[in-house]
Amino acid sequence: MSEVTLVVNGRKVKRVVEDRTLLVHFLRDELDLTGTHVGCDTAQCGTCVVQMDGKAVKSCSILAAQADGSEVVTIEAADSGYDDLHPMQKAFKEYHGLQCGFCTPGMIMAGIDMVRRYGPGNLDEATVRQNLEGNICRCTGYHNIVKAILAASDEMAKSDTQLNEAAE
Amino acid sequence: MSEGQGIGASVARKEDKRFITGLGRYTDDMKVPGMMHAAFVRSPHAHAKVNGVDKSAALEMDGVIDVLIGPELKADGIGDLICGWAVSSKDGSPMNMGAWSPLATDTVRHVGNPVAIVVAETRDIALDAAERVMVDYDPLPAVTDAVDALSDGAPQLHPEAANNLIFDWEIGEEQATDDALAGAAHVVEVDIRNNRLSPNPMEPRAALGHYNKAEDHYTVWTTSQNPHVARLVMSAFYNVAPENKLRVIAPDVGGGFGAKIYIYPEEIVCLWASKRTGVPVKWVATRTEAFMTDAHGRDHTSTAKIGFDADHKIVGLKVETVANLGAYMSLFSSATPTYLYATLLSGQYNIPNIHANVKTVYTNTVPVDAYRGAGRPEATYLVERTMTQAARQLGVDPAELRRKNFIREFPHQTPVIMNYDTGDFEASLDAATEAIDYKNFESRRQESRNRGKLRGIGMSCYIEACGIAPSAAVGSLGAGVGLWESAEVRVNAAGTIEVLTGSHSHGQGHETTFAQLVHERLGLPLDQVNIVHGDTDVVQMGMGTYGSRSGAVGMSAIVKALDKVEAKAKKIAAHLLEADEGDIEIENGELKVAGTDKTLPWFQMALGAYTAHNLPDGLEPGLKETAFYDPTNFTFPAGCYICEVEIDPETGKTEILRFVAADDFGNIINPMIVEGQVHGGLTQGIGQALLEGVHYDADSGQLITASYMDYCMPRADNVPMFEVSHQTTPCPGNPLGIKGCGEAGAIGSPPAVINAITDAIGTEAVTMPATPMKVWQAIRGAAMAQAAE
Repeated sequence: MSEVTLVVNGRKVKRVVEDRTLLVHFLRDELDLTGTHVGCDTAQCGTCVVQMDGKAVKSCSILAAQADGSEVVTIEAADSGYDDLHPMQKAFKEYHGLQCGFCTPGMIMAGIDMVRRYGPGNLDEATVRQNLEGNICRCTGYHNIVKAILAASDEMAKSDTQLNEAAE
Repeated sequence: MSEGQGIGASVARKEDKRFITGLGRYTDDMKVPGMMHAAFVRSPHAHAKVNGVDKSAALEMDGVIDVLIGPELKADGIGDLICGWAVSSKDGSPMNMGAWSPLATDTVRHVGNPVAIVVAETRDIALDAAERVMVDYDPLPAVTDAVDALSDGAPQLHPEAANNLIFDWEIGEEQATDDALAGAAHVVEVDIRNNRLSPNPMEPRAALGHYNKAEDHYTVWTTSQNPHVARLVMSAFYNVAPENKLRVIAPDVGGGFGAKIYIYPEEIVCLWASKRTGVPVKWVATRTEAFMTDAHGRDHTSTAKIGFDADHKIVGLKVETVANLGAYMSLFSSATPTYLYATLLSGQYNIPNIHANVKTVYTNTVPVDAYRGAGRPEATYLVERTMTQAARQLGVDPAELRRKNFIREFPHQTPVIMNYDTGDFEASLDAATEAIDYKNFESRRQESRNRGKLRGIGMSCYIEACGIAPSAAVGSLGAGVGLWESAEVRVNAAGTIEVLTGSHSHGQGHETTFAQLVHERLGLPLDQVNIVHGDTDVVQMGMGTYGSRSGAVGMSAIVKALDKVEAKAKKIAAHLLEADEGDIEIENGELKVAGTDKTLPWFQMALGAYTAHNLPDGLEPGLKETAFYDPTNFTFPAGCYICEVEIDPETGKTEILRFVAADDFGNIINPMIVEGQVHGGLTQGIGQALLEGVHYDADSGQLITASYMDYCMPRADNVPMFEVSHQTTPCPGNPLGIKGCGEAGAIGSPPAVINAITDAIGTEAVTMPATPMKVWQAIRGAAMAQAAE
């Protein structure tokens, strides 16, 4: 057993967990954050993607004990810092980037991370498709997911520009 | 269309917010007090005798509640799983259905066949304990290929089915078809293999069974496309509990694609185990369990013989198919390769004579049943590969051969039961060829050739039968259930609305489209309309969602219920406004007296219905109406898909450059949602054509493709942006003119892809999935054959 202390969605949590407990099960079973899903056993599907210390990770591939001391953000807090929803969440709705919703939290977290890595407004279709290699969707055929991520990236570039202009 | 929210508007979905914020509630998200976790002990063998089970080591573990096995389940009277659609052989004999116990008693017949359930305090303990349940097996020889299973000396699965043959069924006139082919100017023969697939909804199946001892009542949360059917079948056939003692809840369900229609051993066993152990029992499949237990799809081996007259008009089509049904007959497994398959073999064409013979076969594999399209993709692949190969052999353009043989007059009775009500096949062909610039393809082929690449174009003109189905018709064909749908429209006292539907949404967007229909009729804003589904204690009996039926059948039931609601609302309004009932119109949330400025807000009428202070004489208080809608015919979505590919001859890798879809779905409620359905279906069909295939080891019967490491799911970079258009001939058979759109993409796309690949490489010798290796081998094989000549 290990004692782990981490900050999840801005809240400090401390628990004693089995050494083999995966971060995804810790989030779902211990913290009832069930928006993070489990869709496979082999780290392929990406329904479990969360942010750990600012970067997207597959929470099925990290032990809760490894996450000790880290800061984790799940889909439930993806909108923190925004008035309503994160632009990525808004775009998924506006562009019909989801159907059954099961892969959606992982897709949104992956999309947010893609914009972080490439910079807002710097994505194109081929890049988005290539970067979605680790996220499987069975409903949408990816068409509207790609459109949503591109639209959110452009929207985030716009608001960045506005912020920069306001700062100047 | 009113205010951009009614029929025809691409309204963003009401249900999205919970999914994009992580607040969807799927079965695995449910917790009830005292809940324990289950793991199944499954056969590692494809075929074996079970001599006994030693539970002792597992029971000694801390945290293990109990281990339960098949003989205990049988002793408690739990019934065998059955196929609910009786299909007879051509000699009139009934189908040879073998026994399927939810937990094996004496024999296991596929890898993954459940033998015992372990209930423990945590999932991890349950999994550890399952490893310590010792099952004494005597392995038996196994067979996984259906053609092999029919051969002399093949391992035998069930004593009820000699030579593993379940039934030998036919449709159409054999003699007339043979005569037509004998007299044909040209006969083209084609071998067709339709590869076996795993449906793979992203949410794995799950069940949480809860027995309440005080009430002697069971509740199960489960990943079902049709919770009422699950309750009926578990009650009437599996003896879990009487219907009034069994509540089935299908909450948010993460995709289905057919795999979640059926009632599986696991939900039955979780309910039974909850009673046996006295605790709620939750089981969630791993992905590997999903591959080992979710009903697979397709797996046909066929030959087709098509005859043409001198003018290239089709004179006859003869088909022989062997269909693999796996180790046990799943709930609707008999219908998929018969009435959902061979009845569509006429395609979009005028074919005067058709005969099909279908043999269904037991093998040591996962049961096979309906997967998105269910029989219709198999029919379409056969017809459309055959038409393209015939065009090539006859030396004519594949589009022109199709055009020449299109059905142009409706209704059209085919020789294989179906009566097509309407359509305009040429309109879709024209739209698709125009969109892809078909006539200038050869210059693009040359441009690719200049870069050392092989470019090909392929088309598919599909038709399917949806909106299943008229109850009397399917009853006469052996179905054990009716296929109507139900709706209840509840107008609350302040005028807001709940629609209780027997349809089930697991991605289709019913909460939005069904609300759009209410908005269209009553003018109420969408946020005043709630769609309720998926709970047998809340919603009246319904038949669920599959076969692209929720629009054509489910919404028709809502229309009927709304008709009744409107009629009563008009009576109340007429009384309150002192007008004639016939003069009342409903518009924008108001009831108006036509030709006057007298109006009554909808909510005031509703309040009047419930205060009942001033109702017309004899009118009951309240406003809530139920309707059951039984369709009069199938609906017939149809369309034309064209795919353009480029292949690297050095690697065999296929890139889909463009994919054009031109569909006739009849009238459309929400184009955004319909197009989303097409995109998803196309990707599943492209997956079948290029990437996906379930593989068993022929000797051991081991499932080779049991994870996403081995089973190649389509990823974002396997597909292009799709170019989708609609040509509309409204369906005359239902009040909204809807045909259905859920399966078309998966039905029509595989032959378009393979026709494009074979066009590019100049040989037909490619089977699905057309992996780079297979395509490379086909290119090399053709080159060597040419060199040998």
